[in-house]
Amino acid sequence: MYQFTVHTGSAVPLRRSNVDTDQIIPVRFLNRSQRTGHADSLFADWRDDPAFVLNQPQYQGATILVAGTEFGTGSSREYAVWALLDYGFRAVIAPRYGDIFRENALQNGLLPVELPTGAVEQLWDRVEARPDIPVTVDLQRLSVRCAGHSHPFALEEHARQRLLAGEDRIAQTLRHAERIAAFERGRRAALPVTT
Amino acid sequence: MNFDDGGFMGSTLAQKIWNQHVVHRSAGGDDLLYIDLHLLHEVNTPQAFDGLRAAGRRVRRPDLTLGTEDHNTPTVAIERVIRDPGSRRQSELMRSNCAEFGIPLHRLGDPRQGIVHVIGPELGLTRPGMTIVCCDSHTTTQGAFGALAFGIGTSQVEHVLATQTLALHRPDDMAVTINGRLPEGVSAKDLILAVIARIGTSGGQGHIIEYRGEAVSALSMEGRMTLCNMTVEAGSRAGVVAPDDTTLDYLSRRPGMPSGPQWDEEVAHWTALRSDPDAVFHKGIVLDADGLSPYVSWGTNPGQSIPLDARVPSPDDFTDPQQRSDAARALEYIGLRPGTPMRDVPVDAVFIGSCTNGRIEDLRAAADVLRGRRVADGVHLIIVPGSAAVRARAEEEGLAEVFARAGADFRAAAGCSMCAALNEDRLRPGQRAASTNNRNFEGRQGKGSRTHIVSPAVAAATSVAGRLAAPSDL
Ligand code: SF4
Repeated sequence: MYQFTVHTGSAVPLRRSNVDTDQIIPVRFLNRSQRTGHADSLFADWRDDPAFVLNQPQYQGATILVAGTEFGTGSSREYAVWALLDYGFRAVIAPRYGDIFRENALQNGLLPVELPTGAVEQLWDRVEARPDIPVTVDLQRLSVRCAGHSHPFALEEHARQRLLAGEDRIAQTLRHAERIAAFERGRRAALPVTT
Repeated sequence: MNFDDGGFMGSTLAQKIWNQHVVHRSAGGDDLLYIDLHLLHEVNTPQAFDGLRAAGRRVRRPDLTLGTEDHNTPTVAIERVIRDPGSRRQSELMRSNCAEFGIPLHRLGDPRQGIVHVIGPELGLTRPGMTIVCCDSHTTTQGAFGALAFGIGTSQVEHVLATQTLALHRPDDMAVTINGRLPEGVSAKDLILAVIARIGTSGGQGHIIEYRGEAVSALSMEGRMTLCNMTVEAGSRAGVVAPDDTTLDYLSRRPGMPSGPQWDEEVAHWTALRSDPDAVFHKGIVLDADGLSPYVSWGTNPGQSIPLDARVPSPDDFTDPQQRSDAARALEYIGLRPGTPMRDVPVDAVFIGSCTNGRIEDLRAAADVLRGRRVADGVHLIIVPGSAAVRARAEEEGLAEVFARAGADFRAAAGCSMCAALNEDRLRPGQRAASTNNRNFEGRQGKGSRTHIVSPAVAAATSVAGRLAAPSDL
């Protein structure tokens, strides 16, 4: 459903670690029932501060967020991913992610790239020195390229294939409907039901 | 290393449950896992139902799915209308979606309503060896029963609704062994805060944690739920405790349990669920319970926790540059000066409740402290039951009366309340609370709110003292 192959854009350096999903989108914006329309909610509390990096004119229009480690920890809210996408981000680069956030990002085609701290710091420095410097995130070749430097990254092969092909995961699973039915026939009768 | 079901080497409890649920193993390394129980709440689900409708899909197993209302619901009075139009709409959608797809829903006012992670165990739906998912990170709570329980996002909710399965990469295994015995006055909450302070917010990442050891065996089911609840705060996907007599005793008192020979059969199945003696964990830590004391968070993530006896740390105490800058930022937000004894920190509010500590045992612990005492002037103590059943039980046991006499605000309806800050219960900017919830993130309990995570006993003592305190300080 959501495809990602190669993306080139400008980046924003977010020099913070442990950016939890409560910061990415504060809870008061979770009262919406759609997948879209969350751009203004992104980092809403931090954006109150004029000095916050997303408010700086040189980073307007950026499509790649470069953050510190443990990005997206905490609550499972997929709103965090939707808000990043709505704002215009196509990829995040950080040393490590909260597990559920990472999975949610993959589900929505927002690429969570894992680079070592050293590489992230280099990117921060380069982007701060030249905010319009193009950064390329290449899922085909599994590399991030910027100013002639190339940083390799890893992603589970099945997730990579799925993103490259843009496959609908539910449709994929439903191809195993027979196996699921067979499994169900073998379940113990004593297992609880809700109805 | 292990070789699937009962192969050549020992398996962990988590591996056994996992292997029993694999529908299909893909070449890419993903396992298609069957889900035994799918719980829903109103906030993270409307988009999943929209997705189903758009694709013309049905819910495969409504009979393995259950909805509840907990995040948006008012707690002051059951008949109260949700004021925020967006939240009200979400609750209406929950009702219409469940009706349309045939999913049972425990609405506000139903005696079986409550926080999603509280009612699963209470209703006897959470049992050892099951796979349980919910659109909420604290689904890990239910690992206390020796079930594989974890939080998922909305897209995965849609996937489970449509297929009753999830395609997942199997996490590694981590053992957290707690030897010794918790001293008097030290609870499961203090224990888990100590664990997270030790291993950090990413210490369990990519792993399922199995809690084991003497101190874990000695915990009640409620205590084990508190422990597994906050597993996610250590970055872990899920936490498990092997079922034992304590588990069986709890289950035997649940509704809908099989009886006679069928019960015996279940017991045999459940008690076989334990890590083999030669099971290999990818990593582990060992902690001694004997030396523990009440813990409290000082910063803006749960890993930033210390003993209540300690003083606010200084950024200079941290050698890691990242931790140092995190600490400086956290101290600025939380408004504390390094060197201040934690006991000198005054609070405006105290919140007792949430899926971490909103069960009857937690309310009993609070009542034991509050009996014959008064909440300090200027402090608002709000107590919110984790479920309607917890509220009813608290009345039966006379706890409600203890709370009323102490001047506490014991809420009529169950829900997440001031843990989610989605309903009207929230702190004002700059207000400081001692809270039995699980997250002290910036703004978690309302924009600009400051949270100190504590146990129910410390929360109650703090409400009486007006500053962070243990019952022994009163
Ligand atoms: S009580 Fe808090 S942590 Fe638990 S489910 Fe509700 S909002 Fe989430």
